Amino acid sequence: MIQGTRNYLRFLWRCVRIAFVGDWRYYAWMGVLTALTLIGLNAYCKQLVYGLAVTGMSDEVSWGVYIANFTFLVGVAAAAVMMVIPVYIYNNEELHDLVIFGELLAVAAIIMCLAFVTVDLGRPDRFWHLIPVIGEFNFPASMLSWDVVVLNGYLLLNVHICGYLLYCRYHDRKPAKWFYIPFVFIAIFWAVSIHTVTAFLYVGLGGRPFWNSSIVGPRFLASAFSAGPALIILALQVIRGVTHYRITDKALLTLRSIVQVAMIINVFLLANEVFKEFYSGNLHVASSKYLFLGLHGHHALVPWIWTAVALNLIGMFLLVLPLSHSLKWLNVACVCCIVGIWIEKGMGLVIPGFVPTPLGAIVEYSPTLNETLICIGIWAFGILCYTVFLRMAVPILQGRLAKANEGQPEPDGEPLPPAPSLPASH
Amino acid sequence: MSALPANPQDRTSDRALSRRSFLRGTAAVSGLAALAASLAPLRELGDFTSIEEFFQKYYKELTPEEMKRVLARIERQVEQQYGVRPHVRDLKPMDGVEFVYCLNLTRCIGCRKCVHACVAENNQSRNPEIQYIRVLKLPHGSLDLEKAQHDYVAKEVPEKGFFYMPVQCQQCKNPPCVKVCPVHATWQESDGITVIDYDWCIGCRYCEAACPYWARRFNFAKPEIPKERLNPDMAYLGNRPRRQGVMEKCHFCIQRTRVGRYPACLEVCPVGARKFGNILDPDSEVSHILREKRVFIQLKEEMGTSPRFFYYFDK
Repeated sequence: MIQGTRNYLRFLWRCVRIAFVGDWRYYAWMGVLTALTLIGLNAYCKQLVYGLAVTGMSDEVSWGVYIANFTFLVGVAAAAVMMVIPVYIYNNEELHDLVIFGELLAVAAIIMCLAFVTVDLGRPDRFWHLIPVIGEFNFPASMLSWDVVVLNGYLLLNVHICGYLLYCRYHDRKPAKWFYIPFVFIAIFWAVSIHTVTAFLYVGLGGRPFWNSSIVGPRFLASAFSAGPALIILALQVIRGVTHYRITDKALLTLRSIVQVAMIINVFLLANEVFKEFYSGNLHVASSKYLFLGLHGHHALVPWIWTAVALNLIGMFLLVLPLSHSLKWLNVACVCCIVGIWIEKGMGLVIPGFVPTPLGAIVEYSPTLNETLICIGIWAFGILCYTVFLRMAVPILQGRLAKANEGQPEPDGEPLPPAPSLPASH
Repeated sequence: MSALPANPQDRTSDRALSRRSFLRGTAAVSGLAALAASLAPLRELGDFTSIEEFFQKYYKELTPEEMKRVLARIERQVEQQYGVRPHVRDLKPMDGVEFVYCLNLTRCIGCRKCVHACVAENNQSRNPEIQYIRVLKLPHGSLDLEKAQHDYVAKEVPEKGFFYMPVQCQQCKNPPCVKVCPVHATWQESDGITVIDYDWCIGCRYCEAACPYWARRFNFAKPEIPKERLNPDMAYLGNRPRRQGVMEKCHFCIQRTRVGRYPACLEVCPVGARKFGNILDPDSEVSHILREKRVFIQLKEEMGTSPRFFYYFDK
């Protein structure tokens, strides 16, 4: 027992240590991310002092970019499941060793989600009121309490799965199936639940007709399963470029077909929504009108949403065409999907729900500089976390960071010769 | 940042090691300095919260003894900030009472006196401005709120061709705001008033998104009330000054109505458009109105929120 704890602590210590060593590119990258994180932290400190008045939000538009980014990132986190399903259910070999990168991305995305929710709180000092038992948790009535449960649960599930698999690899022993496979399957359903619950957060509000639509949940999932794997495709190529870790084109193309199908469904659902809103022509069309056409001379979101629609369509067509079998075009398609969905599901979903207000007032919203800096800070922090996770995971998976080489200096440069499967030589 | 020695063998040499630890030390120190610099604005945090407030229990779990201490703390803080000794009470709902509000749309002239009486009575922030009542100016014959004018300015009211509809918290029987609050910081009391524990609210603004009547207001900044305007007659769940970052809204002037007085908006109304009372008392004015008037409406009745706020018309 004591030996086990010591082993585990030593494993953790080595993981932490390796996060601080690397080549100059690593230091430069981490330096930039740290600087951006600190700038964001500084902006958040200002917000703590002067209140949410430093944001563009108001009583009319009471949620803004924080919740928009939160919504998008829940989708990214949920998308890890799109790598898990092929591997664990269809035994896809190509993706097998890459699943963990998807799960780590999910962990980083959830961390960002929690950060975005926290910065949106007026009284973050009272966060403990949300903790079941010691606080006053309105479960199951409030969808927000469901969200707290599913997001934290998903975080724990993924931390457990990744942590356990990496620890086993570190010790070069076979992971015990019963100790992680059940969790993998729970995580599959859980991933769907985090995004469904997040959709219900909006759908459950009867006073906001723009959100109060049963298609929002399916749309969330479709867009998540398109933007998420698209992000993973890009991330995997970066990992491959930087670490020489074996990632085949075939694996990337498997993900391509997922993005492809999800994107077609996403665009189809969007078309459904647009039809229902505009054809029936009842009074509730005001929010959609504001979003797509502008309302009574207010059209802050119009250029954004049409950019998103254009990007979604370009992305979809590229994905459908055989052209995107080439990585270059696949990357273009992925970027289109990610940016398009980020706009459509972030600002394009959150803001029109508030315009016009339930009493018919039109007040527009645009984020302030301080608010934007906080967002950049959280994104930088999330990417920083993901980089650190990869910095730990890749050498472990390559066998360069293992129990066998304890006591030796940590491998600090990735630019090891292009035979990545060889153990590190010192 | 400097590149590491090109030859991996050099890594263990003494010179490389000392250079390394020097670089590491420099990096650590400058990192900490940058962290401190980014946290610097926190020096102005001031009285964001106190230890007492941080650990304060949920309203419904406070024992009478603890409540006494909390009320004393609030009185002390208000006196410190405003130089006025307030009288803060924890008023409980009366038995056999369910409050209902009736507003006569035929009479309302849109003068907004209720709005300002409410601000004065309930210690709302003057900067940024918070108001619980929004008077809508609607074109003759339409209840389509998207046609409402919110910021009308007129030399004289009422203007021809329009009618006026003041909207405030409707004190719903099925309040969506209560359902969505993740921490039970807002709830419905037995006399029908939906209240907020300002010391428990975490400021997520989910209730504000959920309310179909746009009745809730958030303290985006530290509320400012001129000292000489402070109303010292206060209730815990009512008009005591709020802190930055929490929700507030109309509470039917709890500090008045729970001791048998009328709400401030009613008292100030120059045309007698506002009626308030106990619906459980068959002889009350509101019971009479709801029994005798041929038409009265609940705003957005189709929401199923079942407001305790009724709009009615004269012949």
